[in-house]
Amino acid sequence: MRAAFEGSQAIARAVVRCRPQVVAAYPITPQTHIVEGIAKLVADGEADCEVVSVESEFAAASVVLGAAAAGSRAYTATASQGVLLMAEVLYNIAGMRVPLVLTCANRAVSAPINIWNDHQDAMAVRDAGWIQLFCTDNQDAIDTTIQAFRITQDTELPVMVCVDGFILTHLFEPVDLPSQEQIDMFLPPYRFSRTLDPRRPLTLGTLVGPEHYTEVRAQLHGDLEASITEILKADADWADLVGRRAGGLIKLDGPHRAKIGILTLGSVYGTLQEAARELLPGTPLRLMALRCFRPFPAEALRRAVEGLADLIVLERAIGPGAGGILATEVRAALAGLRDAPRVHGAVAGLGGRDIPLGILSRLLRLAEAAEPVRCTVIDLRSAPPARPGGAK
Amino acid sequence: MNEIALTSADRFDIRDWLRLEMFPHFLCPGCGHGLALRAFLWAVHELGIDRDALAVISGIGCAGRLSAYVDANTFHVTHGRPLAFATGLKLARPDLTVVVITGDGDGLAIGGNHLIHACRRNLDLTCLLLNNEVYGMTGGQVSPTTAAERYTTTTPAGNCEPGFDACKLAEGAGATFVGREATLQVPTLKNLIREAIAHKGFSFVEVISDCTEIFGRKNALGNSPEMVLRQKAGMRPDNWGNKVDRPFRPNPFPTGVFVRKTRPEYLELYEAMTAAARREERD
Repeated sequence: MRAAFEGSQAIARAVVRCRPQVVAAYPITPQTHIVEGIAKLVADGEADCEVVSVESEFAAASVVLGAAAAGSRAYTATASQGVLLMAEVLYNIAGMRVPLVLTCANRAVSAPINIWNDHQDAMAVRDAGWIQLFCTDNQDAIDTTIQAFRITQDTELPVMVCVDGFILTHLFEPVDLPSQEQIDMFLPPYRFSRTLDPRRPLTLGTLVGPEHYTEVRAQLHGDLEASITEILKADADWADLVGRRAGGLIKLDGPHRAKIGILTLGSVYGTLQEAARELLPGTPLRLMALRCFRPFPAEALRRAVEGLADLIVLERAIGPGAGGILATEVRAALAGLRDAPRVHGAVAGLGGRDIPLGILSRLLRLAEAAEPVRCTVIDLRSAPPARPGGAK
Repeated sequence: MNEIALTSADRFDIRDWLRLEMFPHFLCPGCGHGLALRAFLWAVHELGIDRDALAVISGIGCAGRLSAYVDANTFHVTHGRPLAFATGLKLARPDLTVVVITGDGDGLAIGGNHLIHACRRNLDLTCLLLNNEVYGMTGGQVSPTTAAERYTTTTPAGNCEPGFDACKLAEGAGATFVGREATLQVPTLKNLIREAIAHKGFSFVEVISDCTEIFGRKNALGNSPEMVLRQKAGMRPDNWGNKVDRPFRPNPFPTGVFVRKTRPEYLELYEAMTAAARREERD
């Protein structure tokens, strides 16, 4: 069914059609519309699931962990401070290998308080052991959410679907909402190989000493790397069913002969596509959106950047003291590659600062630099003020 | 008859206590939080507290915004943590009057843990919990004090959970001063807050406030005047003994002071303990 929905309502409908049995969440902007939407669908009799309004994100993550471990498909959504408050449980969920789907309505992290979009929240938990998929538009958000329920079940790894707060969650755009029948064909009933059951007693998350802990962590790393197969398979199967892919590991746009590429995460991919089309028609440019940030698809990235002389990484998060997080990982993935492009790091759009079409020409100027640009905050309005209290 | 001459310095003018450059404020029309802020600042004024000796701490939510409007030492901390922050602040600066402004979500849900321990510890802090029965800032989700069956955006079929009685919680957790008042009567609220701040030890005041835009409208409770009158219909001043007088009137929220007792304050205890430890070491 093709119709115009607010991004959050589209996600809510997609989630409900995946037949979750337990949804727990705590209010936080800009995520709240998603759970409100789910609560309304339940109240309207369109969904059969229990929506629990819990006392914090910490509780939300714990409730869905319990529900999923006890044999229910479970779902939660949060953003920003909520992701950080959940962090302890997010590690726990991944460590226990419990299937869960979480929508992260990406938002900046305090202080100062800021409710608008950037990717700092998802980046803060990038090493929690979750699969992290970034969406570029609301169709992508719907398709990725549905695929996430399948991926998490196939891999027994939790999946975080990252959707740009406000930019996507509050945007009305026409989307194709897959039917219940399509989703039922794609998504088998919930199963979890270690469901808690008194008739088959077992324990999850128990104390493990130095003699086993390393193996468990190494297994998580190995399984997360191997989950690329399931992520690609889910997208391919989805394409067979609805005739539309959600982007696999990396979305690509632009001619093969391009010498300059721009790699980004999330909805700014659409901005770059429009900028290239409107402002620089005919200029060969390769635009890329990393859909799958965890596991980090190093092999796919190496293939995607073939032939490029310069790769500009544009990201909405910063690792203070280190630089761009994505750029750092890209450099690591390309290290040792023959004829690797020069990697330039650009940070923009922090705390909801608009990334206009004009960003493209400023990004391309980075490629003219004599030396690769390690990290530049490209949309500063003014030079940052001196250290609080002055130089010491 | 002796007339007491009021000098301009004695007269309470709320503008003296506000950061007017922060205005217009962002509270909705009809919101009770402005009245609560007025009562609080009036109490501070009457107690003669210097603004430099006052620290106001708030978390996240509609109540959390109030600290930003007060012209004193103010801190806007993470969701649910103002009492924990205030504990650190008071330990470092016992000379300051430390007041926490929190809400039903900030103080009873995500920060509920800190509230019970602040009550138990009895550090000399004052906590004003502005209860509007809803998460107003995020658009009206069910909160721990939302009454059963009320409609919110996350309970579109009605709330199936019972609400919290914040004062009973504080009392049970050991707070040495517990009171409740509604924004209907600001002078009485001011007196209660004044007594709470003057109280030595942890003091807890629940302020019944109204969310007209997001909660009242959704539950057909009328506009601000109707909601305030509803407070009046429901309340029982403490000089009536807080007795339920059904069937004539429901008694959802008794008002007044429920707990007023003396228990050693945390810092005093701590200092006595360390002094004793030092004495033993010397002996």
